Amino acid sequence: MSLVRRATGVLGELMITAGVLILLFVGWQLWWTDVSANAAQAGTVRVLEHDFDAPLVAGRPVTPITAEPRAHLTEVPLGRAFAIVRVPRWGKDYARPMLEGTDHDVLTKGVGHYPGTAMPGAVGNFAVAGHRTTYGRPFHDIGTLRTGDVIIVETRSSYLVYSVQRHGIVTPDHVEVVAPVPQHVGQQPTQKWMTLTACHPEFSASHRYVVFAKMVRAIPRSEGLPASYLHVSAKGA
Amino acid sequence: MYGPLWRRLPGSWPLRCLEAGLLLLAVVGVCFLWVFPVVADHLPFNDNTIGGQTGSHPSPPPARPSSSTPQ
Repeated sequence: MSLVRRATGVLGELMITAGVLILLFVGWQLWWTDVSANAAQAGTVRVLEHDFDAPLVAGRPVTPITAEPRAHLTEVPLGRAFAIVRVPRWGKDYARPMLEGTDHDVLTKGVGHYPGTAMPGAVGNFAVAGHRTTYGRPFHDIGTLRTGDVIIVETRSSYLVYSVQRHGIVTPDHVEVVAPVPQHVGQQPTQKWMTLTACHPEFSASHRYVVFAKMVRAIPRSEGLPASYLHVSAKGA
Repeated sequence: MYGPLWRRLPGSWPLRCLEAGLLLLAVVGVCFLWVFPVVADHLPFNDNTIGGQTGSHPSPPPARPSSSTPQ
């Protein structure tokens, strides 16, 4: 076998291998990240639920997965899960963990809170990011949210009920959407906002789909979440 | 490339098939668990944050109102 023929053969095999590896990567990204992230995020939610309930049930200090049991969370270390997000529009059982930080690693584990923005229930803008595709895609259906839809942020102390006000599609440099008063840089906040960001269009990083919500009610955890909040009214759908 | 590898596998051909399958599975496993997550860190199409700080590095404080684009 001549040297050229042999080199061509090896080159061909290498190219086929590269092609197969790329296909394998696509499969991993589109399928496997969802499978593994969904399982992991559901696990985190279970741990949080258990953890949130622990002091109520046992009447003892809490296990240390989340921050201190205060009326308002103040600061949470990067990467730590501290709340559960429920969006009835996306299903009665929809529940995702909320973690501190928005880097790649954090966002594979749930919804990420922009560090430096307000904490849930506080005056200002509680800004969060989530994947719309891959890694369990917590914000896959962000485009289905309508004005008046409810987003429930469950912390150790309360259920914080946010109501969707409006949405926008912006390029990623529009940082004013996470400003204390969304889209009004420099204004002093008096209300409790929440901003959700996800990629737009799906599978693209060119734009961001942004939803703005305002807190309408804070319910102490001990009172429980009224079941009516978990039903999505047909209005506005 | 694959020819010499096949010839190097010990045993009869059914056994070699099994060995080749196991090798393939090992490669897929290594890719899924270690290689692809690292590669994905460096690809742009999973970004979903404002201010472009999604990445393998910790994010800087996001909303610097002074640096934002006026509307």
